[in-house]
Amino acid sequence: MTERKTDIGPPHYEKFLPPVIKKNYGKWKYHEILKPGVMVHVAESGDKLYTVRAASPRLLGITRIRDFADLADKYCGGHLRFTSRNNVEFLLTEDSRIDELIKDLKALGHPVGGIGNAISNVVHTQGWVHCHSAATDASGVVKSVMDELCHHFTERDVPAKLRIALACCLNMCGAVHCSDIAILGIHRRPPRIEKNLNKLCEIPNVVASCPTAAIRPTIVDGVETVEIDEEKCMFCANCFSVCPALPMADALNDGVSIWVGGKVSNARTEPTFSKLAIPFLPNNPPRWPEVTGAVKNIVEVWVKGARKYERMGEFINRIGWPKFFELTGIEFSKEHIDDYRFAGLSFKRSAQLRH
Amino acid sequence: MAEKSNTPMLDELEKGPWPSFVTQIKNEAKNKDECKDLLRLLERSYGEKIGHWKHGGIVGVMGYGGGVIGRYNDLPEEFPKIAHFHTLRVNMPTGWFYTSEALRTVCDIWEKHGSGMTNMHGSTGDIILLGTVTDELEPTFAELTENGFDLGGSGSDMRTPSGCVGPARCEWACYDTLHLTNDLTQTFQDELHRPAFPYKFKFKCAGCPNDCVASIARADMSIIGTWRDEIQIDQAEVKKYVDGGLDIHRDIYANCPTRCVTWDSKTSTLTIDDENCVKCMHCINVMPKALRPGKDRGATILLGAKAPIVEGALLSSVLVPFMKIEPPYQEIKDLVERIWEFWSEHGKNRERVGEIMQRVGLGNFLEEIEVDPIPEMVAHPRENPYVFYEEYYEEGDEDEEEEE
Repeated sequence: MTERKTDIGPPHYEKFLPPVIKKNYGKWKYHEILKPGVMVHVAESGDKLYTVRAASPRLLGITRIRDFADLADKYCGGHLRFTSRNNVEFLLTEDSRIDELIKDLKALGHPVGGIGNAISNVVHTQGWVHCHSAATDASGVVKSVMDELCHHFTERDVPAKLRIALACCLNMCGAVHCSDIAILGIHRRPPRIEKNLNKLCEIPNVVASCPTAAIRPTIVDGVETVEIDEEKCMFCANCFSVCPALPMADALNDGVSIWVGGKVSNARTEPTFSKLAIPFLPNNPPRWPEVTGAVKNIVEVWVKGARKYERMGEFINRIGWPKFFELTGIEFSKEHIDDYRFAGLSFKRSAQLRH
Repeated sequence: MAEKSNTPMLDELEKGPWPSFVTQIKNEAKNKDECKDLLRLLERSYGEKIGHWKHGGIVGVMGYGGGVIGRYNDLPEEFPKIAHFHTLRVNMPTGWFYTSEALRTVCDIWEKHGSGMTNMHGSTGDIILLGTVTDELEPTFAELTENGFDLGGSGSDMRTPSGCVGPARCEWACYDTLHLTNDLTQTFQDELHRPAFPYKFKFKCAGCPNDCVASIARADMSIIGTWRDEIQIDQAEVKKYVDGGLDIHRDIYANCPTRCVTWDSKTSTLTIDDENCVKCMHCINVMPKALRPGKDRGATILLGAKAPIVEGALLSSVLVPFMKIEPPYQEIKDLVERIWEFWSEHGKNRERVGEIMQRVGLGNFLEEIEVDPIPEMVAHPRENPYVFYEEYYEEGDEDEEEEE
């Protein structure tokens, strides 16, 4: 019997770098975007590296991954990489076969684009495909939204980068909270207390898990359980994370909220959180028309009104939030006003207003 | 006549220009019964508008506490092939570079032991092998390690570190993000595989302030490349941009956060007041042929970002304004060890580093990890006059001091 291997870590990345990268590692001089989804990096040595970026649905079967491997063999000496936003990138040393590769990718159903002033791929989570805490599906919403916006991925026809992300609950595995547009699954019904709670969960842990102290220990019919002050519930689902006997998912009340204006880049303005644009839209599978319509509307308002280089949040800051709600036709409601800790910091504390 | 589909709602999502995840599952369903069940279960969720997956259970591979996420459906009799449908997180090669051979190896292992479905990649960066049964976990792990792969993090451990493409293909990388990411991953294998922290801890290595790995929003420790000398200017290339239609005033100056760029059209000279430059990257992004980050490069270390659970979302804040980032990275590792030591001892269950910093106060936290407070750490000094002074003099204290 061979010895069981553990703690070897991932394979060393150097093994997977194409020769042109090994040769010019750390010695790149500049890059240029040649056309949508295609860029060239030029090294100090004069060597060139062409990148072709294609969209992927993130959820990939091994059949398709093998197709990508075949394309890498055919065009790139067997080298490829993926991006932090789930795109796949093919790395070529000459430009003569780029169009042929793009044609092959299109034949497989993968549009090329997402570089520069464009909408990149959508960072997203598992949703109903594989998650226990999902308030909406992830892949289906993303597919529906991007079917509508695909032309902004394959063309560079928008003012700046636009990053959309989706998380299927407030746990935010997709960390959507700093996106130009965030699509966030939300619950709106307090957790239901299952009868076997005392067998599945540590009651002190459950009580401690609630950020608003809405959960208290109690005894019902001689059995230890908890009671919930529903008025204090803000649907964070932290209690469900520590206790499976407090399910939050509810077909009648779950849905989607839309957040706008966040970014992580330091370019021009500092990184910032996304802010609430639409508190609730219904889950309406398979196409989520309310969500796709809302996202498309916000994108169109931005495309029409933003100056060059202006990200969603920078655009909104320039025109002001009242104007954003006016232009998008989104109704401003009580839910838009923060009422958790330090809420007052988000109130408008000046008379600098547009009239 | 064609057989009637049992997934009409999902079939709708095979139409349209964006690549379809449904097509991906259907491709694998040709060979894998569990993917047939997965399609039926998802169709049912679409009809009922609710998910059908249960909380994880404790499953894993021997000697590891992380890397496997237990998953069961709540209708096992109707969907028996995915009654268990666990996830393995496989630590990706740093920078997400692959050879076709390495990719095929992972595919072959997953064809043999699992559903054939993956995420390339998960939110933290791992290769996600989506769906297998408990009995296949150990054999999958054995074959992965035999082929040079290992599991990533999950639960209350150091999560799989990730980094941007860095010097492999970016002229803006201010340090070697791939080397540091890989070094941290290898140095802290025990912390990665055996959860012993109050909650998760994420590293993300971004080569420049564009932060392509979203480290400032998504990592407990965000290591963002920067420089402290002058932006390198190629005046001839600047002129070419201007001749090509770039308006320095409108496109650069008006977007510069400190208005530190000036353009003399008579002499065609671009001047940057580097002392006032905050390294935002905008001008470099717009003129990549003409401008480059300076030569004295390193990184800003920021701490504490997280998604909302438990106490609300946080962005990382500055801990070290500038640090040289060079192997063996001892300075950064010492800092990490001090942070982990304090957090492990005093952190509450499921309390992230960003939250304990706020609970105990950044000032106190800094004392504990032996870092001096400096103005770069705050957007502005406090506005709130309620200060927790820790000591006060009592009458006679001065006399005692004199006697000593």
